Amino acid sequence: MPVGFKLRALQTAAAAAYGAAVDASASVAPAPARNLHRFANPGRFLRLSGKVLPYLAAAALAVSAVGLWWGLFRAPADWQQGDAVRIMYVHVPAAWLASLGYLGLAVCAVLSLVWRHPLADLAAAEIGPVGAGFTALCLATGSLWGKPMWGAWWVWDARLTSMLVLFFLYLGHIALIRAFDDPQRGYRAAAILALVGVVDLPIIKFSVDWWNTLHQPDSITLTGAPTMYVGMLYPLAVCALGFTLGFAAIVVARLRAAVMERRIRALLMARAQEGRMTEGRMTDGRMTDGRAAGAS
Amino acid sequence: MTRFWGLIAREWRLSVRHGGDTLASILFFVLAASLFPLAIGPAPETLGRLAPGIVWVCALLAALLPLDRLFGADLDDGSLDQLMLCGLPPSAVALAKALAHWLVTGVPLLLAAGPVAVMLRMPEEAVPVLLAGLLPGTIVLSLLGSAGAAIVLGARRGGVLLPLLVLPLAAPVLIFGVGAADAAAAGQAARPHLLLLCALLAAALPLCPLAAGAALRGAAE
Repeated sequence: MPVGFKLRALQTAAAAAYGAAVDASASVAPAPARNLHRFANPGRFLRLSGKVLPYLAAAALAVSAVGLWWGLFRAPADWQQGDAVRIMYVHVPAAWLASLGYLGLAVCAVLSLVWRHPLADLAAAEIGPVGAGFTALCLATGSLWGKPMWGAWWVWDARLTSMLVLFFLYLGHIALIRAFDDPQRGYRAAAILALVGVVDLPIIKFSVDWWNTLHQPDSITLTGAPTMYVGMLYPLAVCALGFTLGFAAIVVARLRAAVMERRIRALLMARAQEGRMTEGRMTDGRMTDGRAAGAS
Repeated sequence: MTRFWGLIAREWRLSVRHGGDTLASILFFVLAASLFPLAIGPAPETLGRLAPGIVWVCALLAALLPLDRLFGADLDDGSLDQLMLCGLPPSAVALAKALAHWLVTGVPLLLAAGPVAVMLRMPEEAVPVLLAGLLPGTIVLSLLGSAGAAIVLGARRGGVLLPLLVLPLAAPVLIFGVGAADAAAAGQAARPHLLLLCALLAAALPLCPLAAGAALRGAAE
């Protein structure tokens, strides 16, 4: 009995809170910031990102330029690989961001499937091509690096292969999310695919690792000290930061465009509907006129 | 549970009465495998070395062939909506469909794989290991494939999209399956590879029907 009472009290409280939240969102004053859901509102996203984007883009360009200049001109050449090692300053950040981008897809998938955030759907659609681009950049620079070091443009090494599989996963996601006439179905299917992919990705990684390994082992791990000269580590870190900012800036810019595109489409649809309705009324009117004329 | 088995029995009856679908995928498997001797030459040592890979790749592609009809036919004639309403959870429907797909495609492939491997001059002591790897491997392919088929359900060009989605996900199955047969042919222990295949099966068995069920619910809405 007390339990039931408590439950009912909780329900009333929840209903009251929900009503208050609805009222708050209906009025112009924003609700107090409590959680992530606040940022799921596309209008608020547009306002906020419009302010942040110029700074983000400028910071990305500046940090990447400094990192690349440091890495390409100032950092020492490798004792064994010579100047070819400088490809690393593009290759390694691109590889990190390719993996991070897929993780971002999976996070968007959870947000979309669990909370149905419309912004998460759009973000998944926009992260896909950017992540695929960084994966392609990683594969291309890796191939350029492989030619002088291993003597071949492409070797079926574990890392290259798992990156290639990641690239295919991105392409599948990009193709799937645009393959449905109803965009909502596409978002949902692509979200499920992203989750399946993120579960399968470590399995692919380990299986390919055991299958064949020629690539050098990790120089930077989360647990141990980096096995890398500090003069190379700093420019690499700056490059990674710059590329990450760049990734974020591109995604935010694309997302803004997608939100606005959706609004324009909704407006056009509404206008078309309105036009059809007035047209329909006009023909209705003519018909009644004609009938009236015939009757008279 | 009765409904679960009933669904599998329904799929089985359907495939027996339209025997052409199963036959087509087996024919594809045999034909594709017999193209390899024509393309790379009949030398027994080369063929025998490549045989496990050929059998696995052809089995993978042949298992993908009937997938676009797995849920597609049910969506077209409306029986998918009935299945969603029959009281089984969508993931159970997906699991039943995957098992039915394995029964009507995986088992015939398994039966055809032995003769094909012998024709490709695979070392005879490695053939049982190849089949032992194909047994869990084809079940994983059916599970992954049913999840992929449910995800592309209702998409434009779904039939083209399906291999693009499923093939990258199936890479570990291929690696461990061929690894087992290669190890046996080289006289090494094949057991670790087979155990890893079984581990993949243990992971795919609960997860793939979940994904497929979520996709089916979206498609039937």
